[in-house]
Amino acid sequence: MNEARIKKTLVNIITHVILLIIAFSCIFPVFWMLSSSLKSQGEIFTQMNILPQHWNFSNYAEVWTKAEFAKYFINSVIYTVFGVFGVVFLSSLAAYGFARLEIPGKNIMFLILVSTLLLPIPGVFVPLYLLLNKLHLLDTRLGLILCYINGGLAFGIFLLRSFFEELPKEIEDAALIDGASRFGIYWRIALPLARPAIATLVIFNSLTIWNEFLLALVVLQDKAKMPIQRGLMVFQGTHMTDYPLLMAGLTIATIPVLVVYLMMQKHIVKGIAAGALKG
Amino acid sequence: MPLINFFRKYFTSYLFILPAVSMFVVFSIYPFYKVFALSVYHWDGISSAMKFVGLDQYRHILTQNPNFWTAMANAAYITVLALILQNGLALLLALLVNREIRGDNIYRAIFFLPPVLSGIVVGLVWKWIYDGNYGILNHFLISMGWNDLQNFAWLAEIKTSLTAVAVVHMWKGFGYGFIIMLAGLQTIPNELYEAAKVDGADAWQQFKYITVPSMISVFGLVSILTVLGTMQIFDLIYSMTRGGPAGHTHVPITRIYEYMANGEFGYASAMSVIFGMILFFVSILQLKFSRKMKQL
Repeated sequence: MNEARIKKTLVNIITHVILLIIAFSCIFPVFWMLSSSLKSQGEIFTQMNILPQHWNFSNYAEVWTKAEFAKYFINSVIYTVFGVFGVVFLSSLAAYGFARLEIPGKNIMFLILVSTLLLPIPGVFVPLYLLLNKLHLLDTRLGLILCYINGGLAFGIFLLRSFFEELPKEIEDAALIDGASRFGIYWRIALPLARPAIATLVIFNSLTIWNEFLLALVVLQDKAKMPIQRGLMVFQGTHMTDYPLLMAGLTIATIPVLVVYLMMQKHIVKGIAAGALKG
Repeated sequence: MPLINFFRKYFTSYLFILPAVSMFVVFSIYPFYKVFALSVYHWDGISSAMKFVGLDQYRHILTQNPNFWTAMANAAYITVLALILQNGLALLLALLVNREIRGDNIYRAIFFLPPVLSGIVVGLVWKWIYDGNYGILNHFLISMGWNDLQNFAWLAEIKTSLTAVAVVHMWKGFGYGFIIMLAGLQTIPNELYEAAKVDGADAWQQFKYITVPSMISVFGLVSILTVLGTMQIFDLIYSMTRGGPAGHTHVPITRIYEYMANGEFGYASAMSVIFGMILFFVSILQLKFSRKMKQL
């Protein structure tokens, strides 16, 4: 009896040791980024202190103003807000149509839409570049936002359609009899009920757009329009060895992600697990 | 007037799906078609002269462009490492956390932190960690007695660069597989294990005869996502090595981007098509394989 107990305790200890080592390895690079961002240029090349000797918050002021990170940050906010808004509005509207309305050919359209979730189309940025060029949308904010909205549509429609289909029809039928329009029902009844699914969409699309790099690289040339992920690469290319400032820039780019993640962590983890196992 | 009736009847309904569908046609379907169409032309993207070359560019990529195959091999190397090490770690951690231990929510939150960070941020932070002169990794290893690592630049050495990038990729990705596998483990009914225990099965037998068979489709899903995600790696490479040293960390997407940036739109498109088809067939094979395994 005692032996079994000792064995169990031992297994528990080993389990926690493994988990703690991995957890430490997940956190350390983020911690190291923060710590390095607060060191002075002199300290970072001479000492390997885990924590900075003096907390140099001036690094943040410097990248925010002199290195134009204020502009990059605001651009990222613009892309994220408009992109997410576009995805939610267009995909909820279409999802409602696919779920509830009688539309000839809707099943085949839905199938084509969803199949792009599974079909890999690498290098689609090549024709996308030419298309935007033709539409005079290359190197414009609108061009990039449209790409982001389109990128979120398939998943958004897929998620919201199944949500709308599970809603009870009775409320909507009653509203129809009372003379409500289809759009009114979508706007006032279906959309508010879909709040949990929309929250999922908002979180995932915000993170995706905020972190996106390749499309921003292909579409934009003008520094004044770049989102923060591109700003980081521009800064890194011109200030190769200015590590404290670079780390401050990286931290600025990461703080919104960390805030959203810490607030929504349970929601995000659940969403990933459920989404993957359903799909 | 059947057409007008049709129009009147469905007009408002179509208005619901029209914005999304038309956007999708312009920004997804047209580019999808266009990448095939462009691949048979030699074109710089600007001039009006598009030269029809048929399948010449395909032939050139497949038989005369070692850069493409090196890039494929590099991506495949990272993918194989990820399939074995990253997913192995993800499974091990999922099994450990599934044992109803204390703090499982905290572990879950921490393991999923790297996947939500941006590829550029992760790449640049690790570039700093790997730095030959001032990086914390060398500092740590030298203090452990590996003195020959003085000034050793992991990302600039031909021998280590690709593996160093692969380690960061796996660091960033294992949490994703972990979450999916943990969710899969939690769907296995506990009664199965109880019954097995009554029959005297030990932990290994329970794993072999209950856990593994129940998880086949989850393993299949995770490995498809791993292959698709890893073969199309870009942000990490771009932020850590840009394909260097001397092309030793180039992958298909960095090559396609490079050809496009050099104005070889037709050639870049042909490369996209070849790469996309390879990915498509590999995914199908994996799907078939995991179905077969399930029947066994």
